[in-house]
This record gives sequence, structure tokens and C-alpha cells, in this order.
Amino acid sequence: MFHKPFAVAALLAASCTAQAASDADLAAIRSQINELKQSYEQRIAALEQKLAQAESKASKAEITATNANVVANEARLNVRPPQTSASAFNPEISLILSGSYTNLKQNPGERRLQGFIPSNGELMPENRSFTLGESELMIAANIDPLFRGTLRLALAPDNTMGVEEASVQTLGLGNGFNLKAGRFLSGIGYLNEMHPHEWDFSNAPLPYQAFFGNALGMDGVQARWLAPTPIFLEFGGETARAMSFPATDESKSKNGLMSASAFVHVGGDLGVANSWRGGISYFASQPKDREYQDPLNGVNNSFSGASRTWIADLLWKWSPNGNAKQTNLKLQGEYFRRTESGDLVYDTAGSAQQGAFSNTQSGYYAQAVYQFMPNWRVGYRYDRLSSGSANIELINNGTLTAADLPLLANYSPSRNTLMVDWSPSEFSRVRLQYAQDKTRPEATDNQFWLQYVMSLGAHGGHKF
Amino acid sequence: MMKKITQYMGISLLSLFSLPALANLNIFATVPEWGALAKEIGGDKVSIYNATTALQDPHRIEAKPSLLAQARRAQLVVATGAELEIGWLPLVVRDSGNSAIQAGRPGYFEAASVVAMRDVPKVLDRAQGDVHAAGNPHFHLDPRNIQKVGEALTARMGELDPANAEAYRASFKAFSSKWQAAIVRWESEAAPLRGVSVLVHHSSFVYLAAWLGLKELGVLESKPGVEPTSGHLSSLLERQKSAPARMVLRAAYQSDGPSLWLSGKAGIPAVMLPFSVGGTPEAGSLFSLFDDTINRLLKANR
Repeated sequence: MFHKPFAVAALLAASCTAQAASDADLAAIRSQINELKQSYEQRIAALEQKLAQAESKASKAEITATNANVVANEARLNVRPPQTSASAFNPEISLILSGSYTNLKQNPGERRLQGFIPSNGELMPENRSFTLGESELMIAANIDPLFRGTLRLALAPDNTMGVEEASVQTLGLGNGFNLKAGRFLSGIGYLNEMHPHEWDFSNAPLPYQAFFGNALGMDGVQARWLAPTPIFLEFGGETARAMSFPATDESKSKNGLMSASAFVHVGGDLGVANSWRGGISYFASQPKDREYQDPLNGVNNSFSGASRTWIADLLWKWSPNGNAKQTNLKLQGEYFRRTESGDLVYDTAGSAQQGAFSNTQSGYYAQAVYQFMPNWRVGYRYDRLSSGSANIELINNGTLTAADLPLLANYSPSRNTLMVDWSPSEFSRVRLQYAQDKTRPEATDNQFWLQYVMSLGAHGGHKF
Repeated sequence: MMKKITQYMGISLLSLFSLPALANLNIFATVPEWGALAKEIGGDKVSIYNATTALQDPHRIEAKPSLLAQARRAQLVVATGAELEIGWLPLVVRDSGNSAIQAGRPGYFEAASVVAMRDVPKVLDRAQGDVHAAGNPHFHLDPRNIQKVGEALTARMGELDPANAEAYRASFKAFSSKWQAAIVRWESEAAPLRGVSVLVHHSSFVYLAAWLGLKELGVLESKPGVEPTSGHLSSLLERQKSAPARMVLRAAYQSDGPSLWLSGKAGIPAVMLPFSVGGTPEAGSLFSLFDDTINRLLKANR
């Protein structure tokens, strides 16, 4: 029993000393930790500093590299690849591809322009159902500093080839003069010079079909002079062997000038949003033995005499701020008046009776095409012809009756046309067109077209 | 009486035809920036006709009668070249009947001939859209190119009009020193734009981006010259999630629809830039063209 309290006291004392010793140790540990912490902090700071230095060096290197890149790029840009010698002189080549699907209510073989002598032109539409359009191949280039040459070949769907244009023109003759020679489309009117792929509708307006067989082509020479005036004022004249209707020259045996034309164009801007062009044109020719077959009785007749055509044309274009890319409006109209006087031979294959003939015929078309959003356009066209009452001696003197020349009976053919087209780029166009064709008294034709027109190759010019 | 009338008519006709001879150097500029540059060089010794405004798409101009009439009277055509005006200028120059301005003559000047071109296509295929074989023709939005073109144009104007050559050189020297100072100022003002990612309507700002260090992330037109399609715009919007652009740029003449649509959907500003002299009311001169361009970019970048 005696030992027990002593042992307790010893234990207590021992525990007390142990407590004192651990306090001292803790302080020491703490200071050691503090030291450690400080030293680590210093090291970390040093490391961070080193890292920052390295980083800044790296970014400097990067900037230098970028600069070097820029310099290298500039140098590369400054080096021009040498032009390949022979191919650099290749002419501009472009190809027009077109085709359509047509749905006609009436038989296209029976279509005629009542009251008008057939122009031997292509009275489109020629076919129902799928039709390949003309494929047009154009090759053009500057020949030398003075001349430029152009060739247009039309490859017809019946596998024939036609020379649509083969002409040379002067380059900067100076003083506003331009000369052209060869085969070309006459500069009369507005639409005459446009090729079918540039038309706003799938077919030519009625007056062009009736008076020129779609377009007046010429084998001859053309001179144009642009006046040095602030407004556009251009004079032109042509003389040629007119290849097509209303002239004829089957025998090619006559010297001299057989057909001639003259035209004057004026134009300009009204503010920044409007541009316009107007013109007056005149075409005269001396058709000789111009034969036609009356589709109504199968009799062949022919005309010889003088043919004179006047055309007035007006074109107006509007676009907001003059920027046609979004929306634009194009108004266009032409008026034709033709007087023919001479001799008519009835039934050239049979009785061949001859008598004086004269007639004045007229016609016009007016159209509006509106681009309501990029790539999309709608258009409406109205055409009307007036055949006039022909003064025919053979009928006047009782030799013939009007029933012997049924095609020449007075009528006013007309047509309404609506179209919508989509051009995803400058080089392609798909068009849907509807026409109500009243070109003969006995039938009205409802015509639908779905047509594509595409051009590839050289970038054609944007004609006004 | 009759004699007097014919005399008057003769005189008025004569004055009509001799009018262009009274003016000094007749310059036909295809786009407003070259008209403005020629004016800086020529001052009152030249008369300038600008064929287009900054609100017109220079790719889509037609050979209008007014252009033919002006080209007929011009002694110098200043064009961009690089096929920018290929749709109409060759036709205008050819039909003008003016021998002085035919390509290859001193009266025909193409700015692209003195500038290093960007984006020269490696493959020429219209399936790639309306590509320019010679490269991107919108180089005037790098002011250092304006300087280069100005030097060459001054020389050309002096060649055509030797009597005033000294005056042209002096005006250009004065312009040039102001221009150099302005470039330094623009570069420092535009420093915050370096590395800023942008979308553009058409590749109109390639040279501007290269100069200011803008990063072009995408073009609203899926192919050059082809109107933006909704499918392509949606894919650009989708890409905003992974690679966001800070703003979408368009030139004054381009339609605002596509960039406004994207701006609304992506919540980034749509910025209309003057593109050329006269594109905005503020951009009345070459200097203010760049002032206004940088201003508008900085404002959108805030």
C-alpha cells in the first residue's frame, strides 16, 4: 500500500517533464517549418521568375517568327510567276449550252404570223417536248494592236453548223470611230445585236420574228462613231449583202450595195439609279424574187421591190443606288414599221401572174423584267403586230380574189408572255415561261417552256 | 437673220465638241478610291469621272451609255485590274473608239500592276465561284498599297501631261508624307484589333485584315460572288461555338440581310464598313475612309 502514492507522484512528475520537452520540440519544429516554407517560397518565386523570363523569350521568338513569316509571305507575293509563253496568247473561248422542254397546246407546224410573209427565220418553238437549243461556240481575241476578231459558231440540234458571226473590228481607231467587217448582227434596234442566250425571254419578240426572222444578220461592213459629248450619242451605218429576210440575194450575181442601214443611239443616266438608251434605226433593201409558200393553200408567190423598215427603241434600267445586284428593273420596248412596194408574182410555178404590190406593216413589243431578290427575276412581255391591208393589183383588177392569197389577209397577231428565271451565278440560268400566243385567227396556243442557258469559259461582257 | 442663226448654231456645236479639250487631264476612274487618289495628285489640273460609287458592286456593272460617253472623252483610265472590272471595262474601252485608253497604251492604268496580290488561286475552276485568276482585287484597303499605286499613278499622269508633271509630283509628295504619318497613327489606333476574329460577307477585306492583323474565320458567301445560303450561314453559326468570331463585316454595297441574321443569332455586332470613298457619310476622302473604317472596327470591338 505504501508504494502506490509514490508511484503516482513519479508518474505525474514524469508526465510533467515529458510535457515540457514536447513544447520545446514543437517550437523548434515550427521554426523549422517556417524556414522550409520561406525557402520554398523563395525557390518558387525564383522559379516563377525564370518561367516568366522563358515565356517572354518564347513569345518574343514567336513574334520574330511571325514577322519572318510576314516578310517571307510578302517576298513570295512579290515574286510573280512567269507567264507561260504560248498559252498566254490563247484567245477567249466561251461556250453556250441551252436546251428546253416545251409543252404546246397547238401543233407547232401550224403556227404562222397571219398577214405576214414568212421570214424564213426560225419561228420558235419548233418542237414539242425535249429540244436541244443551239450550242454556241465563241472564240475571240485581239489580233494585234489594231484589230480584234470574233467567231461565233452555232451548232444546231440537227447536227448542222452555222456561222453566226465572223467579224473583225478595229481597236481604238481613235476619235470615236469603230469599224467592223465580216458577218455580224446589225446594230439596228436594241435587241437585234443580242444573241439568244442574252434574251430575257425564251423566244424573240413577234416584231423581230415577223420583220427579220429573229435577227437581222449582215455580211458587210459597219461604221460607228461616238460623239465626244457628255451624253451618249452614237451614229452608225452599215452596208451589206443582207443574208436574211427581208432581203434576198440567192444568185449573188449583183455588184454594189444591196442593203444598207443607219442608226442613231442616245443615252445617259438620270441620277445614280436610272440609266437609259433610246434609238432610231432605218434599214433598206432591194429584195429580188423573194419567194414564199403560202401555208394555207400551198401556192408559191414571190416579191421583188423595195423594203424599208424603221425602228424606234427605248431601254430603261433602274436599280437602287445603281447597284443591280440585289434588285433591279428593266423596261424595254421597240416599235417597227415596214413599207414594201414593188411587184408580186402569184403562183411562180404555174400561172406566174404579176402585179404591183404595196403594204405598210407595223408591230411593237413592250416588256418589264424585275429582279425581286438576288438570282430571281420575273418578267412580262406584250407583243402585237398589225399586218395592214396590202394593196395588191392582181386583186384590185379582179385577176385574183383575196382567197387566192389567204396568208396576206389582214390580221393583228398578239401574244402575252410571262416568265420567271433563276440564275445562281452570272453563268447559269433556268427559266420557266408561259405564253398565250394569238398569232393566227383560228387558234390560241398556250405554250410552256422550261429552259436552261449556261455559259462556260471566258467571262462575257455585261452589255447594257 | 438666218445666217446669224446658223452662225450661233455653228458656235454652239463647236463649243459642244471642244468642251473636253478645255479641261486639263480627263481621268476616268473605275472605282471611287482611284478617283480620290487621282484628285489628290492632280488637284484642279485634272477632271475626274468616277464610273461607280461605293454603293455599287464593282463586279456587277454594265457597259452603260454614260460610261461609253465618258470613256470616249477620257485621256486616262484608272482601273483596279485583276479582273475586278472584267464584266464591263473591256467592252467600254473597246466601244469607246478612243485610241488613247486602249489596254497597253499609256492612257490605260491598272493599279494591280504595282501591288503584291493575295489569294491568287492555285486552281481556276468556276465551281469555286467567281474566282479572280490574278488574285483578290480589293487591295486598296491596305493603305500601303494606296501609297504604291499613288507613286505609279503620279508617274503615269506626268507622262501623259508633261506640263504638269512637276505639280503632280509635288502634290503626291505632300500627300505621301501625310499618308505615311496617317498609316503610323492608324496602326497604333488599331492595335487592339490585332488578333480579333471576324467573319466577312465577301472576301472584300483580305488586305485590310492582313494589315491590321484581323483573323478572318469565315466568309458568308459559300463561294465568291454566290449569295449566302441559309445552310452555309447555319454552319457558320454552328462554328461560333468552337471558334467564336467577335464581329461580322460587310462592305457598304453588300446586302445587310445575311450579316444581320448572323449578328442576331450569334450575338456579335454586324459592322458595315465604307469599303471605298463615299461608302458612308463619314468616309468622304481617302483619309476619312480609313479613319471611319478603324473607328467602326474599334467601336464593335469594345
